[in-house]
Amino acid sequence: MATVELINVSKSYGNVEVLRDINLSLQKGEFVVFVGPSGCGKSTLLRMIAGLEDISGGDLLIDGKPMNDEMPAKRGIAMVFQSYALYPHMTVFENMSFGLEQAKLDKDEIKARVEKAAEMLQIEGLLDRKPKQLSGGQRQRVAIGRAITRDPRVFLFDEPLSNLDAALRVDTRLEIAGLSQRLPDTTMIYVTHDQVEAMTLADRIVVLNGGVVEQVGTPMELYERPASQFVAGFIGSPRMNFLNGAVAQAHGAECYGIRPEHIALDHENGDWRGRVILTERLGSDTFVHVNVEGIGTVNVRIEGRAEVQAGEAVHLTPDPASIHLFDARGQPVSG
Amino acid sequence: MAKTEQRSRLSRSRTRSAWLFLAPMLVMLLIVAAWPLGRTIWFSFTDASLDLMSEARWVGFRNYLEYVDFGDGEGQYYGLLADPRWWRSVWNTILFAAVSVSFETVFGLIIALVLNQQFRGRAFVRAAVLIPWAIPTIVSAKMWAWMLHDQFGIINDMFMALGMISEPIAWTASPETAMVAVMMVDIWKTTPFMALLILAGLQMVPGDIYEAAKLDGVPAWRVFRRLTLPLIMPAVLVAVVFRALDALRVFDIVYVLTPNTDATRTMSVYARENLFDFDQFAYGSAASTLLFVVIALITITFIMATRMDLEGKRS
Ligand SMILES: Nc1ncnc2c1ncn2[C@@H]1O[C@H](COP(=O)(O)OP(=O)(O)O)[C@@H](O)[C@H]1O
Ligand SMILES: [Mg+2]
Repeated sequence: MATVELINVSKSYGNVEVLRDINLSLQKGEFVVFVGPSGCGKSTLLRMIAGLEDISGGDLLIDGKPMNDEMPAKRGIAMVFQSYALYPHMTVFENMSFGLEQAKLDKDEIKARVEKAAEMLQIEGLLDRKPKQLSGGQRQRVAIGRAITRDPRVFLFDEPLSNLDAALRVDTRLEIAGLSQRLPDTTMIYVTHDQVEAMTLADRIVVLNGGVVEQVGTPMELYERPASQFVAGFIGSPRMNFLNGAVAQAHGAECYGIRPEHIALDHENGDWRGRVILTERLGSDTFVHVNVEGIGTVNVRIEGRAEVQAGEAVHLTPDPASIHLFDARGQPVSG
Repeated sequence: MAKTEQRSRLSRSRTRSAWLFLAPMLVMLLIVAAWPLGRTIWFSFTDASLDLMSEARWVGFRNYLEYVDFGDGEGQYYGLLADPRWWRSVWNTILFAAVSVSFETVFGLIIALVLNQQFRGRAFVRAAVLIPWAIPTIVSAKMWAWMLHDQFGIINDMFMALGMISEPIAWTASPETAMVAVMMVDIWKTTPFMALLILAGLQMVPGDIYEAAKLDGVPAWRVFRRLTLPLIMPAVLVAVVFRALDALRVFDIVYVLTPNTDATRTMSVYARENLFDFDQFAYGSAASTLLFVVIALITITFIMATRMDLEGKRS
């Protein structure tokens, strides 16, 4: 059963349309990630679901009930803000209980819920502190804890990791993944501009671009069968190589796409001949940038150490099964 | 070893430049604040008069309190502390300050809350609200004196037309209404200042917590009580202290607007009339000194009672 349904939803600020024709149906318990470049309308869409922005056109249903004009508090949602939005003058406990007092729960029930959420996030020891006395990661947990106490049907996250440093980001990402497993009936909607977060967390990814949905699918579907050149370039790291000109025309397309990991490098023979410009060694992988004659610069990903030096002549062979072809409008061409 | 020496040399040179930067302001304060204050306090212990200031002699506490023995067991207290007129002006001043500052705070808060909202023409309204504050006190006091005039004033005219009063009231002259008139003019004039200070506090409140409260379904009045008010309280308290300091030494409005009577005489007016009108310079200095003490006591008590965060440690 779908918990959240968006039917032809659009959003305009004055004359500027920032979202249009959004049609989505999210299943109960699903972890859905909205991903796209900055300014594509991800936050706006999330805030419309939350009720913090009016819906200009179309319908929003939660559990089958129309929600366009429902108060945010009545939608069965909870939201974790990018800036955490903690109440600065209240303790962690008060931050988590303030909303519950509003819901007319009795004191013991509130205490039980706060303690349960605090235990789930391992912040029991912080309940008496003020937000100012917490680190960024701890604040983030409190914000998530506050959302958990509301016991929502739908959990909304707006770029929750963007204010954390790199190491903490990975830890918190794992925790959010764990959280979604512990709350199997709660639908999660997670907004990010980072495709790695999207790939690692999502059951399904919604790729947004310029206010429209480019593609909806599981991470592997998007990786293997991108529905547009935009999605092909956005999903996957390092980025897919896009080659124009003769290579593409030979396949009857405008653009020829091949991922760096789908190209074999050899010193003796191969389809393409070129010269190494630069190598980037990450330890687990090596990225080799090769200038291929008549084609241009191609990035190749090799597992482990690659014994190549800048200036060396090499041969490359793309895996024919992993070629993506696009026409002039960025639409896929069946090769 | 060498390292700690180096660091202490660095910190010493920092301390030195700190004093260097502070010096001009300290000198300035000494000249314009400490010196006149010290002189006034000194004169209050002398018998100085306006034309014989250089011949002032030390008389101890006589200006403040002195028991004069008439012999045969009779006697009487003299001096400032035994003068009912002085205590009346202390009371007038405190009443004026308490009432005006309370109303200014409430009205200022309401105006600030309105000005903090998005609406068409907000910039214009913000500027317009400041007009009463921008008018010099003497001018606005004179303006109000005319509006409140018992025969030609527009206020009486309007109230009569509305049938609220049957005969003209001498607002500023009659003892029952003079203080109310003074307070009203002060509130009219100073509310914008209060609104501006509180508005600055309101704009420091992060907007996202209002969205969080919206998701929690917190009604507007509770958002105000539990989020807005506690968060702007430090700014409000500072604004109240500023205003109270100002109101406790009120002079110009009272002097221009009302005749010199017991109904409205404040500490400053009392001090001035002794200093210059009655030629009791030393006695007036004693009044000025006590005025300073009273203001200092009230302010310190207020700061301690509200546990005000003057060093910005908590924000
Ligand atoms: N209050 C607003 N008024 C006008 N335009 C807005 C407003 N909020 C967002 N926008 C515009 O809507 C678009 C989408 O914004 P947003 O949803 O914040 O993007 P994202 O979260 O994907 O980076 C942007 O072009 C932004 O400029
Ligand atoms: Mg955003």
